[in-house]
Amino acid sequence: MLSLVFFSLLNGLVFGLLLFMLSSGLTLIFGMMGVLNFAHAGFYMLGAYLGYTMSITVGFWPALVVAPLAVGALGAVVERFGLRRVHRFGHVAELIFTFGVAVLIEEVVQLVWGRPAKSYVVPAALDFPLFQVFQGSFPAYKAFMLGISVAIFAFLVAVFTRTRAGLVIQASLTHPGMVAMLGHNVPRVFMVVFGVGSALAALAGVIAGPVLGTFPGMAQVLGSIVFVVVVIGGLGSLAGAFVASLLIGVIQTFAVAINVSLGSTLASLGIQVDATGPFQDLWRVTVAQVAPILPYLLLVLILIVRPTGLFGTRET
Amino acid sequence: MTPAVELIDVHKAFGRTPIIRGVTLAVEAGTRQALIGPNGAGKSTLFNLITGKYPVSSGRIRLKGEDVTGRRPYEINRRGLSRSFQVTNIFPWLSVYENVRCGVLWSLGYRYSFWHRVDAARDAHERTETVLEQLHLAARRHVPAGVLSYAEQRALEIGITIAGGADVILLDEPTSGMSRSETEQVVQLIRQVTAGKTLLMVEHDMSVVFDLADRIAVLVYGQVIAHDTPERIRASTAVQEAYLGAPARVG
Amino acid sequence: MSAPAPAAARPVAAAAPARARWLRRYGVWLAAAVVVAALPHVARTPAAVPVMNQMGIAVVFALSYNMLLGQGGMLSFGHAVYFGLGGFIAAHALNLAGRGAVYLPAPLLPLVGGLGGLAFAVLFGSVSTRRAGTVFAMISLGIGEMMAASSLIVDRFFGGEEGITANRAKAPLLLGLPVTTDQQVYYLIAFWALLATVLMYAFSRTPLGRMANAVRDNPERAEFVGYSAQWVRFLSFCAAGFFAGVAGGLFAVNYEILTGANMGAAASGAVLLMTYIGGIGYFAGPILGAIVFTFLQSMLSDYTSLWLLYVGVIFLAAVLFAPMGLAGVLAMHGPVWRARRAGRLVGPYLAAALAALVAIAGVVGLLEMVHFVVVAPAGAASMRLLGLPLAVRAAWPWLGFIALAVTGAVALRRAGPRAAAAFAEASRPGGPR
Repeated sequence: MLSLVFFSLLNGLVFGLLLFMLSSGLTLIFGMMGVLNFAHAGFYMLGAYLGYTMSITVGFWPALVVAPLAVGALGAVVERFGLRRVHRFGHVAELIFTFGVAVLIEEVVQLVWGRPAKSYVVPAALDFPLFQVFQGSFPAYKAFMLGISVAIFAFLVAVFTRTRAGLVIQASLTHPGMVAMLGHNVPRVFMVVFGVGSALAALAGVIAGPVLGTFPGMAQVLGSIVFVVVVIGGLGSLAGAFVASLLIGVIQTFAVAINVSLGSTLASLGIQVDATGPFQDLWRVTVAQVAPILPYLLLVLILIVRPTGLFGTRET
Repeated sequence: MTPAVELIDVHKAFGRTPIIRGVTLAVEAGTRQALIGPNGAGKSTLFNLITGKYPVSSGRIRLKGEDVTGRRPYEINRRGLSRSFQVTNIFPWLSVYENVRCGVLWSLGYRYSFWHRVDAARDAHERTETVLEQLHLAARRHVPAGVLSYAEQRALEIGITIAGGADVILLDEPTSGMSRSETEQVVQLIRQVTAGKTLLMVEHDMSVVFDLADRIAVLVYGQVIAHDTPERIRASTAVQEAYLGAPARVG
Repeated sequence: MSAPAPAAARPVAAAAPARARWLRRYGVWLAAAVVVAALPHVARTPAAVPVMNQMGIAVVFALSYNMLLGQGGMLSFGHAVYFGLGGFIAAHALNLAGRGAVYLPAPLLPLVGGLGGLAFAVLFGSVSTRRAGTVFAMISLGIGEMMAASSLIVDRFFGGEEGITANRAKAPLLLGLPVTTDQQVYYLIAFWALLATVLMYAFSRTPLGRMANAVRDNPERAEFVGYSAQWVRFLSFCAAGFFAGVAGGLFAVNYEILTGANMGAAASGAVLLMTYIGGIGYFAGPILGAIVFTFLQSMLSDYTSLWLLYVGVIFLAAVLFAPMGLAGVLAMHGPVWRARRAGRLVGPYLAAALAALVAIAGVVGLLEMVHFVVVAPAGAASMRLLGLPLAVRAAWPWLGFIALAVTGAVALRRAGPRAAAAFAEASRPGGPR
């Protein structure tokens, strides 16, 4: 039991920080440009696939640098020649555009790499258990993931609060017009932020690919959860994204490990339920089976109660 | 006589910043009144409070004797109060005709009906045509409202406001940005469409104010410092100081 | 003032313009009904009728979606939920009818689907429509994902991985009309599609329909003319859910199987794609989009497995260059056609189309060859593209397609602006210079 709790917490932390790496880029892009970038998870997928290809040709470590750079450049191009054009048609058009880019990325990935999942393996240098406790072991690779995520987080905080560029970005987050009037090239800031956000997503893909799987549906699976995180945390709030990422990461990881159902709980209390009646599914289903729904349930509940999310101040 | 609109010790603060600091004002039914004051006094905020766009921090608002504090804009509108906006607020992708017709539908009792054919509704059509004639926009009825000239849009703005037959009309800077001749036309229009109704308007153009208003209320720093006839307001030193500052001391 | 015309003469004189007005107003619908009724006899290939059935279902679904997007300004990423739930309810009803538990002839099934879609739209809409814009889109996404995930959990209703099957031949007959062959199903779908289209058009001409447009344009202003924006959106949402359910019911009758995928993100994405490509600003836009999308989906997928990629590219091109959609592009040419200046466009348009075709041929060839190389077993050396053999291991097909693509692109760079200029010239109010 203790082992379960400990490892679920640890794995939840790893997953949560990975979600934060993805959601921070999305939050930045949304906060600054008002666009919820559907293609964000697509860039994550591109990162994973590029990481896979490089890891079987030149090695894993170059992939850590090259893949984010390549995808970041792609993101900048998408912003410069696509999003900027569509911007004048309104928010709905922007959402639809990023949706189209997401579809395109998924199809191109299937075209170039094929449909079957790729066996993207953990690099040999990190493929060992880091420590053993409570009959379980914690792989070193996951510690590596943890380390990278924390480093990225620290880097973001440092850039935002200590550098001039960070200050400009922070200001553009809430007052892009004023920042432009002060002489800064706001469109270029947007392009850079979009590119950096995409690069972060790709980096998340490179390191998460071996653990979460590299297959054409990965963008859809993770993309929805990242949206949930961003909206729950509050649109435009990095702190909110951080809290929500950890929350969802831990909840998901715990839920998947719990094989208890409503029926079995009631039975342990001495109440028998009808296993063949019309509500049999309600009694039979375990928490683990319901786990995929939990983030969306939380999303809908929070949006009903607090449309601005936990920490957010704006709805659009 | 119940006042058309009555504010009783209304306060409004945004966060910690007080904008309206205790306004008590009664607008008599059937009069045309103007709300003037220096920039930042809170005139638009007061309008937004009366029409339900913002909730009051404290105080009460009465419409024709009924307490409407905290009611939603559409509830207030259904009780007979309608407003125009300082920044033109129309339905840009609907035609001019449709814009006005949207303003009449609820007042004619159509509500959320999806069993009436709106093109066959003779009463809606006649009322819309009447308003279009008053606005001199009948010839432009099929033009998408977003394409109209600025003055035409301002006229349409007023048209949508009065189309529903509300008897308390709030106009927020109806002549802003207009030339002299355009202003005169709009003043004529306002006089025509508010005959027999209660009008409260925010205006900066003093010639319009003295031309139309029966009484003037002066709002300075969120408080009404004077509410009187135009002549007495013109002569009031308090009002002059509010606009021009205290006289300089020499020596 | 002359004496009034004799009573006998007046009705006749009045009848002629009344007839003309009647024809103008209802003529389009009558013509549509005639065309739709005649289609199966015109298109004689056996594959045609199933595709047309698919198109009919897609038309109803896309029109229902546009009640939200184009009419109401609400972008939903989960509209397939109401389509799917309507379909599932219809499938269960069909099974009950087949067992004799309830009297429900097959032709009434779409109505059952519609009511099912309506019920869930009322349920979910009450929370979704409190906000518009991005929040609405995200809630719709959340609900969509939730329902898609639920479909694997609630086995009794959704049938798990295999879904729910039904048999339309077992249901009782209505007026002795059988609904078994594809062609009979076609007439059922055609009837319901026409009826649904008429109803949805009529809805847009009601006070609620007009205010939905107003709320889309300016929700604040709509509140200040006495309408609660939230109520207008909610009622529109319910109506859209109803018609999506009708489409789901038609799906159940046609394919006799519903699975969780029918409710999922892919289905919701597809209806967004087809509606947008058709043009959200025009009532007939989604009809066009549904027909074109279904055509691409069914025809292209026979020739290539990359059809979704092509659709994605078309979609992006529409968003970037033609956000008004196919219907919008056609409408743009209305004034030119009416002024009889369309002839001037034929030349420049043909040139641009030719250049585009060449470029597309090159790009498509390259993409297909890449796909083949990735997917085919290691030894395969040649593939067939539209019947033409291509030796993918040799250099010449690659160079050839690259040449085609480049040539087409270069030609398009000149022909494109020329076509645009010709259009601008022909649209000038005063006539071409």
